[in-house]
Amino acid sequence: MNHPAELSYTKSHEWVRELDDESVLVGITDFAQHELGDLVFVNLPEVGDDVVAGEPFADVESVKAVSDVYSPVTGRVAEINEALLDAPQLINEAPYEAWFIRVEDVADTEDYLSAEDYVAFTQEEA
Amino acid sequence: MDRKTPLYDIHLKYGGKIVSFGGYLLPVQYGSGVIAEHMAVRTKCGLFDVSHMGEILCEGPEALTEVNRLLTNDFTDLTIGAARYSPMCNERGGTVDDLLVYRTGETRYLLVVNASNREKDFAWMQAHREKADFTDISDTVAQLALQGPLAEKILLRLADQNDIPEKYYTFKAGRNVGGVKCLVSRTGYTGEDGFELYCAAGEAARLWELLLDAGRGDGLIPCGLGARDTLRLEAAMPLYGHELSEEISPREAGLGIFVKMKKPSDFIGKAALEIAGAPARRRAGLKVTGRGIVREHMPVFAGEAQVGVTTSGTHCPYLGYPAAMAILNKDAYAVGKTVEVEVRGRRVEAEIVPLPFYKRA
Repeated sequence: MNHPAELSYTKSHEWVRELDDESVLVGITDFAQHELGDLVFVNLPEVGDDVVAGEPFADVESVKAVSDVYSPVTGRVAEINEALLDAPQLINEAPYEAWFIRVEDVADTEDYLSAEDYVAFTQEEA
Repeated sequence: MDRKTPLYDIHLKYGGKIVSFGGYLLPVQYGSGVIAEHMAVRTKCGLFDVSHMGEILCEGPEALTEVNRLLTNDFTDLTIGAARYSPMCNERGGTVDDLLVYRTGETRYLLVVNASNREKDFAWMQAHREKADFTDISDTVAQLALQGPLAEKILLRLADQNDIPEKYYTFKAGRNVGGVKCLVSRTGYTGEDGFELYCAAGEAARLWELLLDAGRGDGLIPCGLGARDTLRLEAAMPLYGHELSEEISPREAGLGIFVKMKKPSDFIGKAALEIAGAPARRRAGLKVTGRGIVREHMPVFAGEAQVGVTTSGTHCPYLGYPAAMAILNKDAYAVGKTVEVEVRGRRVEAEIVPLPFYKRA
């Protein structure tokens, strides 16, 4: 399983990529998509919505079940990845390209894990 | 404590993701995933372990009388070598279980019941038996399902043509499949052509490997419970605990054709079903037209009025849209009508459509 070193991770299996303009991209990890199985539906917030660190901001549905996706940061949604709405399988195919939202005005964050610590964490969970 | 089927080690070997279902540890999917497994069954072939299903023998000179009294369908003209589906009702007309009945001899029937109901059904049969003997043989029997348009072609590599039943809902017992003695049944729970193979528990792993080897070149892959559920939903086959329950009668579930009110013998539940008359609610198919996946136990609305509840729902991989089955008030039912399903606090539009969603060509 693949977990890029330049990203930050949460214990609820999201990844965060910090961009040059200080906004962040948020998605779910390779481990998460693998556990969820084939994704068939994604519900995203709207641009301008507030997100809160540790609170759900989206949900993803596999053939079998629905799961919440938690925001790693507090801030405002600047952009959503509309491609996922029509093609949720992109999350299975390339989880680190399939970002869900871009968040700006980041005021707070969860305690992140490094890629190495995240891998160790998933091995404990498995 | 969950039970393992005789194929548990095989599931681990093939990368099955193990979950608990009906008291058994079974794979929900293998590495290829639910969608690929579903599509394999619709277009090529899939192999399932369904050994969790329970098998109960009903034997004795009065066996026919007994199955006719316990079950709602009429077995009077069921010949040896044929199978028939039937609900089993309680005295209130609710459903104890739904099962498949094989006539394996003049005075001998094999009843195949749902895993989660195995103990309940056997206790029910023991409590209501009059003359025939019932024996739970589930632990000695394994069942593999080979399902899909290429199933017969694959099975022919291991069995002679005359060991393969020709017609749907017929079977041949004591046949040789690659050296394993099987009851070969042309039945299934996927909406495709295919076979259910019953063999001794100790032979199951060998039969599994023989079948996979025989079919691999044609695209045969192992399939888990996830695909079993999406396939049966597309084909609108009822699942006990969803479309049927102790509180839902088979007539409400749209299974009236398997309830023979006019058969000569009385059966358990008949009086209650007679008094209830034509049911006030019915099973409906919902094609989701809004954005969202509808699951079971979600309220269905026509305007502001709740008119029913969903019983099963998922994304249908072959059809490419989400669909659900629901039990609706009869006066709210009209094909083509738009209703709304409340999905976690949000209303999602759906259209009432005829069942099944999918029927093979």
